[in-house]
Amino acid sequence: MNATPEMSAAGVASANAPTGNIVMDCQIDKVFYGDFLAVRASTVPIEKNKITGFIGPSGCGKSTVLRSLNRMNDLIPIFRFEGKVTYHGQDIYDKKVDPVVVRRYIGMVFQQPNPFAMSIYDNVAFGLRLNGFKGDMDERVEKALKGAACWNEVKDKLKNSGLSLSGGQQQRLCIARAIATEPDVLLMDEPCSALDPIATRRVEELMLELKEKYTIALVTHNMQQATRVADTTAFFGVDISQGSRTGYLVEMGPTQQIFENPREKLTGEYVRGEFS
Amino acid sequence: MSVPELTVELNNRNLEPVQRRLPNLNRAPFEIRALKSGFLTAITWIVALLASVPLLSVIYMLIMQGGARLDWEALTALPPSAFEQGGGFGNAIIGTLVMVGLATVISVPIGILAAIYLAILDPDSKLAHSVRFLAKALTGFPSILAGVFVYAVLVVTMKTYSALAGGVALAVLMLPTVVLAAEQAMMMVPKKMKDAAFGMGCTRAQVILKVVLPTGAPGILTGIMLAIAGAAGNSAPLLFTALFSGYYLTSLTEPTASLAILIFNFSGMPYDNQLELAWAASLVLVLVVLVFNILARIIGRQKY
Repeated sequence: MNATPEMSAAGVASANAPTGNIVMDCQIDKVFYGDFLAVRASTVPIEKNKITGFIGPSGCGKSTVLRSLNRMNDLIPIFRFEGKVTYHGQDIYDKKVDPVVVRRYIGMVFQQPNPFAMSIYDNVAFGLRLNGFKGDMDERVEKALKGAACWNEVKDKLKNSGLSLSGGQQQRLCIARAIATEPDVLLMDEPCSALDPIATRRVEELMLELKEKYTIALVTHNMQQATRVADTTAFFGVDISQGSRTGYLVEMGPTQQIFENPREKLTGEYVRGEFS
Repeated sequence: MSVPELTVELNNRNLEPVQRRLPNLNRAPFEIRALKSGFLTAITWIVALLASVPLLSVIYMLIMQGGARLDWEALTALPPSAFEQGGGFGNAIIGTLVMVGLATVISVPIGILAAIYLAILDPDSKLAHSVRFLAKALTGFPSILAGVFVYAVLVVTMKTYSALAGGVALAVLMLPTVVLAAEQAMMMVPKKMKDAAFGMGCTRAQVILKVVLPTGAPGILTGIMLAIAGAAGNSAPLLFTALFSGYYLTSLTEPTASLAILIFNFSGMPYDNQLELAWAASLVLVLVVLVFNILARIIGRQKY
């Protein structure tokens, strides 16, 4: 841990002013689980129609940061967030904001495929029904399944259980379920970590298609995946100098720059695989 | 260990592969290990058969003794008086169904709502821990005490034995089973499914109604059916609450006949007619319990 975090944070703020249209701007001051400081001073802007990759060693807080973006962490009673996350200029941690509503605009795909114990059709229609959708349900379900590149595999068995599909198909079903309501932002928390290489490749291709319509934030353990799909990459590190493990943003920039010409020595060591 | 080491040395010295005998992979049925395994397998077979003997003999005896009198008259007629011939236990069947139905209507909503609290809303609170402990303790509660309790609370205050009191006593017995089974079924719903629902923008109530309850429904229904089957065959809680009646039920606030009490009464009488009817009523009771068990299995099958 050579870089002092203050320097990194300052460096990010000045040298990495994003050029595109910012959909979400995550300005973390401190994130706690109980007394444990999990993440400190990190600023992560998420640009429209781009894939922002979060990489870093285990325990660096990249998943915590991702889950702060749609207030999923609120489900953990001891979670405490200091700072702000603006979504089109509104702070989603404002007291007036209902986290339930936030999650309808900022969808999520999880590490483990998690279809509901219902038919494939009902899985995809779930969010639409939740939002009181009144239009042509069949059409929207088909559109979402096509968008998630699994329509051809499931079109003849829409009444079958979502749990009867293979892991890769389940994950694409979950993506279909997430995009059926046409959210603005899609948060993906290591969506391929439970999948085999072929299923991973399909989900990666899908992400590249999805970014045309959606804005994606992606946590990945797999650096190759970040180089394949992410436009911008945020590298998080772990600071153990205070006795506990606190994550922070080391640097963020265009993926190619992060992997080929990082500003911080630590980033270079990590992307070369010198520690994990 | 010594053989491979030797092989390596020879290899190094002679620079040529050493021949090793192939291991024998065939079965050796009279080896000690195989004999022990066979012996233990045989014991478990025998014990399993022994365990089914009492059950099968009860059913055999009921069919032999009760089958003969099980006709339309027995199912519909009123119980005979002392020296009367014929008769049946139609009112007891109705009484049992009504009281079990009442108990279900009382215990299921309370049980499921309590289970939602225990499994989802606040599983680690002090209240949850004590409710769970009490429910577990109540599953082993002597059923006659449920009768005594309801006698004191309802029969004494209403000044009459009634189907209502009988239903409440059965509900007291069903409640812990329903609570614990429903809690278990809801806990089995994977956390990742609940996360998915929250991630879709569900409120807590929506997560429970749209994901947890439907996913846990087969387990919850199985628990309810088993509780019903248990209540239907219970006589002790009805002794002080519903008592018995020789007539068809006309109101919930009068003494009410039930199969379990009819069996209890008639089996002690010195008349052949009554004894035969007690056997037939026992067979009907077993069939009712069996039907609920089969229903529980059919409903309990996971749909998705």
